[in-house]
Amino acid sequence: MSAESSPKIVIVDESPIRAAILEEGLREAGFTGVVHISEMQSLLARIYALDPDVILIDLENPSRDVLEQMFQVSRAVRRPIAMFVDQSDAASIQASVDAGVSAYIVDGLKKERIKPILDLCISRFNAFSKLQDELDRTKSALEERKVIDRAKGILMKVKGLTEDEAYVLMRSTAMREKKKIGEIAQSILTASELLK
Amino acid sequence: MKTPLHIGFIPLVDAAALIIAVDKGFTAAEGLDVTLVREVSWSNVRDKLNIGLFDAAHLLAPVAIASSLGLGHVKVPIAAPFNLGLNGNAITVSPALHAAIMSEIEGDAVDPMATALALARVVAARRKSGAEPLTFGMTFPFSTHNYQLRFWMAAGGVDPDEDVRLVVLPPPYMVDSLANGHVDAFCVGAPWNSVAVDLGVGHILHFVSDILVRAAEKVLAVRQKWSEKNPEVLAALIRAAAHAAEYIEDPGNRAEAAHVLARPERLGVGAEVIQRTLDGRLKVSPDGARRESSRYLLVGREGAGRPDPAQAAWLYAQMVRWGQTEMRPDALRTAMAVFRPDLYDDAMGRPGATSASSAIGAFAGPAFDPGDIAGHLSAFTIGHWKP
Repeated sequence: MSAESSPKIVIVDESPIRAAILEEGLREAGFTGVVHISEMQSLLARIYALDPDVILIDLENPSRDVLEQMFQVSRAVRRPIAMFVDQSDAASIQASVDAGVSAYIVDGLKKERIKPILDLCISRFNAFSKLQDELDRTKSALEERKVIDRAKGILMKVKGLTEDEAYVLMRSTAMREKKKIGEIAQSILTASELLK
Repeated sequence: MKTPLHIGFIPLVDAAALIIAVDKGFTAAEGLDVTLVREVSWSNVRDKLNIGLFDAAHLLAPVAIASSLGLGHVKVPIAAPFNLGLNGNAITVSPALHAAIMSEIEGDAVDPMATALALARVVAARRKSGAEPLTFGMTFPFSTHNYQLRFWMAAGGVDPDEDVRLVVLPPPYMVDSLANGHVDAFCVGAPWNSVAVDLGVGHILHFVSDILVRAAEKVLAVRQKWSEKNPEVLAALIRAAAHAAEYIEDPGNRAEAAHVLARPERLGVGAEVIQRTLDGRLKVSPDGARRESSRYLLVGREGAGRPDPAQAAWLYAQMVRWGQTEMRPDALRTAMAVFRPDLYDDAMGRPGATSASSAIGAFAGPAFDPGDIAGHLSAFTIGHWKP
């Protein structure tokens, strides 16, 4: 089968960035036959047309249940599909579920050929979520910065403080009330809205 | 110190007993600190329960059995000590298919035999004219929806594997798929049938209770090993779910229950459409026609919460009938042992409770006998299993 040269891999993922990260990793590792499906309409028909050896799907995708249908006896299925993971692969399932990805393998592909694909997939998915977390943190830090600046402005205007004094006042209030300065700043914005 | 538990669910009305148990404080009252985790696929729920990311889950009854038998995936024995709901599904068809069935029907449209025979005539006419086979959506290979659709159409002479196409669709995609013609009909749980009717893209043809009087739908599932290690925690969880089911069944609480279930982090659909399904008063046609049934969805009443091994046997028989597994006496025993009325009785302090009616009450074929599945299945001509 074609899998002897380079297995055909289909990535089912609605996130174009994550799919690109994974695709790049697979290509670097020498897997040239990689196709990305981002459109979930008629998913099974698309997959049958591509006739892949391995299908990778993210766990946030409700269409994972659609893929489970490939295990069924059906005229539409040309090649039997098997889960790569078997009873002895509890650690592999755990690692892939933790990373947020699942792999479906067509029967006939040797286990030792699948392992590097799955490992790469898991590490790229983990790298993506780390990136996402960092992005989220940066975003919320930026948001907090804006809130603090606006609260400072209000204190300066209402209490006639300098910028530094306004900041020190929020900081000490936060420490006294065991809250984050962002929370204090938000309370000031809310209060000022109410008192308008 | 409360016991922390992570429990997975799919946003469907039949997760009501679980969600209300948590959100109305029944689990807290039992000393449990439950975090509900909303999931997007049954595969995820199954896998996360299997590997222990979830302590318990809202699960399709047939998936609990398939998992215990190692069908379709790795084998992990599951225990189902509480039935989250009986019935609750419906078959919805596109306006075009509805019109076609109605033009062929002889008899009452509420009679599933009449509609199944009409469907057979529609299918035959389409074949003659060279039209594409009809496509039916359902939620999972090991789902009540799959078996209910198959049981219904096969009774009218339609072979679900030869005459039509059955495709898996995630519930949230059902309505769109019907609207854009990707499927001609579907079988799914609440609220999606009502959503299709409200949008004018579907007619509810049948409540599943037309097809089967009493059908186990979703169970509260735990790993069997976990149930053995944590008997007291499990008993507390069963009691909390049972109390929540009782709460939901009180008509005076329905509005509040629907309101809680409607929250974005729970089902995330309108409270009104949820209450309709809890009350069993459904709008079945875009023209506003309504239909009422006291059997549409049973959450706790008529002994619905107590798991019935005969239901598990019926589901196993469907797996055999449709070629998902072979007939084996030990597999039947394993399947029946997934449903645990003993754990339910222990938790509720009602030892030896008499089982409520265990009749499946199918509209076609002989009465179901868990003791003679081969004899039962040989009464049906369409199917993969041959005596």
